[in-house]
Amino acid sequence: MRMRARTEDVLPFALLLPSVIYLGLLILIPMVQALLLAVQADNGLFTTEFLERMTGDVNFSDAWRNTLLLLILIVPLQIVLALAMALLIHSRFRGHGAFLYIYAIPLAISDLAAGILWLSIFTERGYLNTVGQGVGLIQTPPVYLSFENFGGLLAAIVIAESWRATAIVMIILVAGLQLIPRDYFEAADLFGANRIRRTIHVVLPLLRPSLQSALIIRTIFAFQTFAVVLALAGRNLPVIAAEAYSWYANNRNAHLAASYALLLLALTIAFTIVYLRVLGLREAEVKRA
Amino acid sequence: MNARTLDRTLIYGSAILLALWVIVPFYLIFLSAFSRPNDVFVYPKPLIPTNLSTETMEFFLQSTGVFASVINSIAVAVITIVLSLALGAPAGYALARFTFRGRQGFQLIVLATKMFPVAILSIPLAVAFLRLGLYDNIVGVALVHTSMALPFVILVTAGVFAGVSNELEEAAMTLGCSRFTAFLRVALPLALPGLAAAAIFTFVISWNEVFAASILTLRQRTLPALVLFALQQSPLYFKFAGGFFMVMPAVVFIFFMRRYLLNLWGGR
Repeated sequence: MRMRARTEDVLPFALLLPSVIYLGLLILIPMVQALLLAVQADNGLFTTEFLERMTGDVNFSDAWRNTLLLLILIVPLQIVLALAMALLIHSRFRGHGAFLYIYAIPLAISDLAAGILWLSIFTERGYLNTVGQGVGLIQTPPVYLSFENFGGLLAAIVIAESWRATAIVMIILVAGLQLIPRDYFEAADLFGANRIRRTIHVVLPLLRPSLQSALIIRTIFAFQTFAVVLALAGRNLPVIAAEAYSWYANNRNAHLAASYALLLLALTIAFTIVYLRVLGLREAEVKRA
Repeated sequence: MNARTLDRTLIYGSAILLALWVIVPFYLIFLSAFSRPNDVFVYPKPLIPTNLSTETMEFFLQSTGVFASVINSIAVAVITIVLSLALGAPAGYALARFTFRGRQGFQLIVLATKMFPVAILSIPLAVAFLRLGLYDNIVGVALVHTSMALPFVILVTAGVFAGVSNELEEAAMTLGCSRFTAFLRVALPLALPGLAAAAIFTFVISWNEVFAASILTLRQRTLPALVLFALQQSPLYFKFAGGFFMVMPAVVFIFFMRRYLLNLWGGR
């Protein structure tokens, strides 16, 4: 019996061990190596040469600005769209299951494929101009995806990326809504709250944790946006992840690629901390009130 | 119109509008991929499928490297599925069945790896794989894809095993099964559909992954790596066909795992 009890104690750890070791090997070690690649020259001496070359690069400030710009434009759009989808699904109208599936389909699409899908819409002889001219909005088809049209490039990327990655946010929010006990909704109904007031005063505050994790997850993934940018804008709109890719894939420079990758990791960690702080603080304020 | 019908109309109206926003690009890439190569120059574009043609798709599938890259993509996905289920399913089982010290710590590791930027894995690993002889090798790509898929597999399988009643296993054990045979004969068969869904989702992750596959290969391209590499010099119709070809299996596969979608990102 004692033997049995002891194996039962050890068993969960034994079951977890393989995945912990694997993740350690394939995530922790590369992370340390990336750090070394960024600050250590091939002769083994430590140097700030690569970080300086990165910050001095012609594309560096553009990549920064574009990455943050995309983040600021994409994330709120996604949250609003996803919230609308999730609230609709949660109202459990007949056939909501089919709509949940449809809304979730882009979950299975890579950012590369999403970029190509929207390319067919945004090219000069594409579907957007076809429809625009068909309904008489435009006289001659404008060129959206040219290096001279920064706004056009940016808008195309924002739309394609919002289209693709709204699904993740929607899934998080639907799952979050399901955790809210039905009683709250019934109580709100009892006090005569209509759908809009109920949503604002009851649902949104209770959905806060899910909104928070959706915000963090989407922000972090927005930093990694790259193939959708390359598909729609090529190298005309530099972003940080695409710089990391191209320094390795085109220039075979692992040091600079790793420097950009480190920058991504630093941004990821910094934003997560900031979000947790800011949202955490507000929660404390709510408690005080 | 009374309030109830108005409510109904509003709900269905907006639900359908949002569904169109999701579906229309799929329809348009279908139209683009199944027209003749020269049709990319046609303007205005036909919005209804009047003269469909498989010419563009045939051109794409017969282009140099495409067939081999599809085979590579499938091979990478299969290796990734085997590895991540072998490593992840036991962990999922442990999360579903046991309360133990360090559980929260482990869940934190899973959460953190779920969001880890793949760039920071791929670039050092490319350097390391060059030394180990795994560079430009589908096994190397599969190893990285496994580290990306593993957190999801752990979460999905934890949900799957939590859905299989522990009491059935305990009953089997009182009837003389060891924990292992009880798992093998009782829990595993019941969990099989869920595990299949986890495998399908792993396929989707691997099939779609662009960054690591592009960094870690040169000639042994996977399909997304090949298409990304060809973006700059290939004609539009090649891209459209490639886009359609990448999208289709994923759309079909997500259908088979729709029941488990909420497990992927639902956990906090």
